[in-house]
Amino acid sequence: MLPILFFLYHAVVIIALSVVIITRRNPVHSVLWMLVLFFHIASLYLFLNAEFLAAVQIILYAGAILVLFLFVIMMLNIKHELNADICIGEWPIGVAIGLSVMTLVILGIGKFSHGPMGQASIEAVKAETHTKALGRVLYMDYLFPFEIASIILLIAIVGAIVLAKKEKASGG
Amino acid sequence: MNIIETMIYPILYPDTIIGVVAVILVKIALVLGVTMLHVAYATYFERKVIGHMQVRMGPMRVGYHGLLQPIADGIKLFFKEDLIPAAADRTVFQLAPIVMLFAAMSSLAVIPFFDGFIIADINVGLLYLLAMSSLGAYGLVMAGWASNSKYSFLGGLRSSSQIISYEIAVGLSLVGVMIMSSSLNPKEIVLAQQQHWYGMYLFPQFLGYFIFMVGAFAETNRTPFDLPEAETELVAGYFVEYSGMRFSLFFVAEYVGMIVMSAIAVTCFWGGWSIPPIFIKVIPPLAAVPGIIWFVLKIYIHVFLFYWVRATLPRYRYDHLMALGWKVLIPLALLNIVVTAIIKFMN
Repeated sequence: MLPILFFLYHAVVIIALSVVIITRRNPVHSVLWMLVLFFHIASLYLFLNAEFLAAVQIILYAGAILVLFLFVIMMLNIKHELNADICIGEWPIGVAIGLSVMTLVILGIGKFSHGPMGQASIEAVKAETHTKALGRVLYMDYLFPFEIASIILLIAIVGAIVLAKKEKASGG
Repeated sequence: MNIIETMIYPILYPDTIIGVVAVILVKIALVLGVTMLHVAYATYFERKVIGHMQVRMGPMRVGYHGLLQPIADGIKLFFKEDLIPAAADRTVFQLAPIVMLFAAMSSLAVIPFFDGFIIADINVGLLYLLAMSSLGAYGLVMAGWASNSKYSFLGGLRSSSQIISYEIAVGLSLVGVMIMSSSLNPKEIVLAQQQHWYGMYLFPQFLGYFIFMVGAFAETNRTPFDLPEAETELVAGYFVEYSGMRFSLFFVAEYVGMIVMSAIAVTCFWGGWSIPPIFIKVIPPLAAVPGIIWFVLKIYIHVFLFYWVRATLPRYRYDHLMALGWKVLIPLALLNIVVTAIIKFMN
């Protein structure tokens, strides 16, 4: 009973927060509500015994990415944003797409079945601690794909710096 | 086990759920109470220590040698008018100091004060500490933005970039400790240090410790990295519009942050509540001293270091600060990780 209540609370609050985030006129308020949302997501990870993911969720998303969001949004002219229309003109198309995706998901949920059980049962993960279990999978079983993913990210970082850096006159 | 610890043990391990909750509440109240008392007197000693370093007396009027000064300050701040600027974003303005204090205080939950005394003994304790210290940035940024004043805003911008940059260095500097102890649990890290005769990671991880301490000064906005509040340029930076109790919340958060950073340094590099086994071998009676005494002494040394540096070093220039963080500390931290990993692998 308690786990269901816990999950229901998070499901309802996460959906409500998502709506709150996209309906705020003030973008800084949106970002701050998003912070609350990230905490709820981290809490869901904890609920799944994924303590490492929960901590990383806060450190990376709340501590780094969202602060950068805030950093950029604070530079905007808020007065202009506050007077802008809350919806763009094409909102009926957006609603149509959203509703059709939602129908697809609802139809799809009924077809879900349990996949084959893996090695990492809850007991196994608890015995080994989640950080170690995750590290073992990432760095031993899937080392190559993991490294490829990191190289792709590195290329993106280098690309961003190249794009952002203006060419200077010689010697400058 | 000594007398105090034998008295505390049965309370620490109760059976019923109500007992568990009650014990946690008592622990939280105890930790918060003791920390707030330390914060009050940390302000007093900061003024005293810096005063004496600058050949003056510091606070002398209230009580013997100014001992009641923190209480007088507290009363003054409590009864001051709480001003909110007309153009400010009220809710965010009011929330900012609370967020900052919350981030600083919640870090205390995973710090092992002595053997068996820790509010939440979690496996990812070190990551939790990093997460909470990164949240502190929100308080500063929110205060800077919501005040709707150019000085506050510049302070907020400076702090967000400063904290993001130094967080990376601080996180990486702790990786060496994580590799050496094979754990993220603060308690396990302390126990792992006791396995060595020198009993402190300070010696093999001297580079990590140096990077961590420089980062700690930047994360707590202390001199020489107090650019977000640089009074000569920004009046008081992000909290220039705050008054009364809300102003003092920022102040308290800064001091709690200082104590938390000291506590992380003590836990990860100075062997937490233990002293090096070689000391106990040379002078056996030292084993009878309760762990909390060592822990608190080590914290005091670190807090004193914060004062000492403030009285000694001038403020960094902003571009120098960024260059130091990105071009010196982060590469050094990465070097430290590689060397530590190789040595660990060889053994």
